[in-house]
Amino acid sequence: MTQSVVVQVGQCGNQIGCCFWDLALREHAAVNQKGIYDEAISSFFRNVDTRVVGDGGSISKGKICSLKARAVLIDMEEGVVNEILQGPLRDVFDMNQLITDISGSGNNWAVGHKVFGSLYQDQLLEKLRKSAEHCDCLQCFFIIHSMGGGTGSGLGTFLLKMLEDEFPEVYRFVTSIYPSCEDDVITSPYNSILAMKELNEHADCVLPIDNQSLFDIISKIDLMVNSGKLGTTVKPKSLVTSSSGALKKCHKKPFDAMNNIVANLLLNLTSSARFEGSLNMDLNEISMNLVPFPQLHYLVSSLTPLYTLADVNIPPRRLDQMFSDAFSKDHQLLQADPKHSLYLACALMVRGNVQISDLRRNIERLKPSLQFVSWNQEGWKTSLCSIPPVGHSHSLLALANNTCVKPTFMELKERFMRLYKKKAHLHHYLQVEGMEESCFTEAVSSLSALIQEYNQLDATKNVPVQDLPRLSIAVCCFHWLPY
Amino acid sequence: MSIVTVQLGQCGNQIGFEVFDALLRDSHSFQGLCSKRENEAYQTSCKERFFSEEESGVPIARAVLVDMEPKVINQTLSKAAQSGRWKYGQHACFCQKQGSGNNWAYGYSVHGPRHEESIMNLIQKEVEKCDSFSGFFIIMSMAGGTGSGLGAFVTQNLQDQYPNSLKMNQIIWPYGTGEVIVQNYNSVLTLSHLYRSSDALLVHENDAVHKICAKLMNIKQISFSDINQVLAHQLGSVFQPTYSAESSFHYRRNPLEGFKDPALYTSWLEPVHAFNVWKTQRAFSKYEKSAVLVSNSQFLVKPLDMIVKKAWNMFASKAYIHQYTKCGIEEEDFLDSFTLLEQVIASYCNL
Repeated sequence: MTQSVVVQVGQCGNQIGCCFWDLALREHAAVNQKGIYDEAISSFFRNVDTRVVGDGGSISKGKICSLKARAVLIDMEEGVVNEILQGPLRDVFDMNQLITDISGSGNNWAVGHKVFGSLYQDQLLEKLRKSAEHCDCLQCFFIIHSMGGGTGSGLGTFLLKMLEDEFPEVYRFVTSIYPSCEDDVITSPYNSILAMKELNEHADCVLPIDNQSLFDIISKIDLMVNSGKLGTTVKPKSLVTSSSGALKKCHKKPFDAMNNIVANLLLNLTSSARFEGSLNMDLNEISMNLVPFPQLHYLVSSLTPLYTLADVNIPPRRLDQMFSDAFSKDHQLLQADPKHSLYLACALMVRGNVQISDLRRNIERLKPSLQFVSWNQEGWKTSLCSIPPVGHSHSLLALANNTCVKPTFMELKERFMRLYKKKAHLHHYLQVEGMEESCFTEAVSSLSALIQEYNQLDATKNVPVQDLPRLSIAVCCFHWLPY
Repeated sequence: MSIVTVQLGQCGNQIGFEVFDALLRDSHSFQGLCSKRENEAYQTSCKERFFSEEESGVPIARAVLVDMEPKVINQTLSKAAQSGRWKYGQHACFCQKQGSGNNWAYGYSVHGPRHEESIMNLIQKEVEKCDSFSGFFIIMSMAGGTGSGLGAFVTQNLQDQYPNSLKMNQIIWPYGTGEVIVQNYNSVLTLSHLYRSSDALLVHENDAVHKICAKLMNIKQISFSDINQVLAHQLGSVFQPTYSAESSFHYRRNPLEGFKDPALYTSWLEPVHAFNVWKTQRAFSKYEKSAVLVSNSQFLVKPLDMIVKKAWNMFASKAYIHQYTKCGIEEEDFLDSFTLLEQVIASYCNL
């Protein structure tokens, strides 16, 4: 089995990362009753004998001594990381895994990428190499960041190039929080577009997520919980949004709940690689099946269920409902319309007591309402993992490579152009050493080229599928003989 | 006469377990209408073919388990050990950590050469354990990366290293609607390579077995476990010891020999020779009477044609090709495979 390292960059990245580690610990605690350090846990955690000073404390088998997250925490401000180190997860992180600064990136991609990039290059490399050395077989880096700010966006993408150069064989999966229209950071379009170019060129796979979708999900759950319409109580700990298990009437910190959704996404994405099942799906299979062309690697995710009713005995109808939900906009983590756009590929990752016949029945049922590209009419990749998430009997994560991401990118480009035409705030960027106007123009070109690719695919949408002429073989007296 | 089984990938290993389990259960089960002496001869023949004995008396499967990631093999080994009735050999498996990522090229061009020596050594050891060795039974799927790619590589190696032994490949034809998006590419590459190195391809389609589970067996929530058990049952009956030409109590020495009969493969033959019937008095598993039909017919032309068509359409758009070329399988290799399969389809159609 392989290991993955999580690289959390910036305020957003670290807050999501923190939720992820909390949930991961809970999940493994629930599954691993005997406290033995097994391969599943080793995918995200090291087992360390804390009595040993220095680096030699790693234990590869036997009882769990002290679990340390395979993570590198990076932030150019101290606030968030300090909070993590003082909170309940402080023992999960090694002091050697952190890189912090005091001044922050001022919501400026250039400061994050160019200034802090060069300043911390060696340290970053050293920490990443160390985390890789601790792995028996490192398969994937999970980078978590936001696109709209300065550190996550700038330094996060600087890291991406570094990872590609240093560890070319290791996958780079990026979870990117895109700014919504009402984002209060004025320069977020600049930061996002500059970051997009790096994502286009150096990421294997990107999971774009926007705050608006997360917020909508939280609002709907709150509404349902508080409306009393459900009749039965919602199981605490079953809320995909809750981390402490307590049911809150209103979320005091909406970001906590929102971050938990993203954390759950990452857990479900890796479940079939960590746990057993009748049809496994490793991380390298995600890229292989969902990325038909290297540039088109943006995957829209949707997660279900978002909560479970107290009624544990779920008849098959509810199971089918799970599949329908995954294809409803309410469960998507990005504002997009996949049903009216073109699917290039779709993955269904199922957890829990679900069998192949359930999977097939639902694919047959949902297929007619979805449009797939002509050369991938049956573009489904499926996996069945036996272990459900904590508090649920089953769950489904759908990953779609769909042209519906195009509007998100186009809108981002428009917001960028509105600022750029007026040269608004540009001087903040250009005064950074290494930044020129060409950085901006190249970034926009890169995005335009990507949008154009999606346009070309969309153009094929309603064209009837025609089989291409096959090779014609001349057959003359062909006797089939045994060897 | 013993058969050495090579189980590759998740599918191959999951099915392999069910097959050995079914074979052992059959040999211990209800003997039907035959006599005691007959039953004993049957049991001995059966066991010897697929299992070897160790001091403790627990039969050990004559098998080599290969997978490029550990989860499935670990499960398979422990399920066998837990059954108490049989187990796999202690050193009979070869495992890696990374998997093949559903990439035929990775299985064939990267894992194959890298692990060739280790895998062939394991197989050699298993062959040496047999008093009289008859051939190989290779279980693999076509849709994934290890079973398909590494399976093709291993079969080729077996052809080179054991040119006089028989190789029968059990290949699992994936569901028509995706388990794996690149399954058509992987299938085309697998079939074209196996055609050159395997002696017989025994095909099971997931769709067909699924229908059996649904319509004939009325299983409501069909799992892969159900499917694999049906498959194993069918395979078990194919390998059931049958009488040889000599006498009633003499079981056919080489179970795979029957498949070498040229009469099965010629493009035209007279009706009287068309059926090769192998008989035995002994019942199979719980049934008093059973029959198994193994046929070389045009039934497979339609599914084969479908796979080639879909793969060709995808190939024309060059989708996913970069994943294969980065591992050393070029567009030319694809074209060669397409050409060979079109020839096969054409020749079946010309019958």
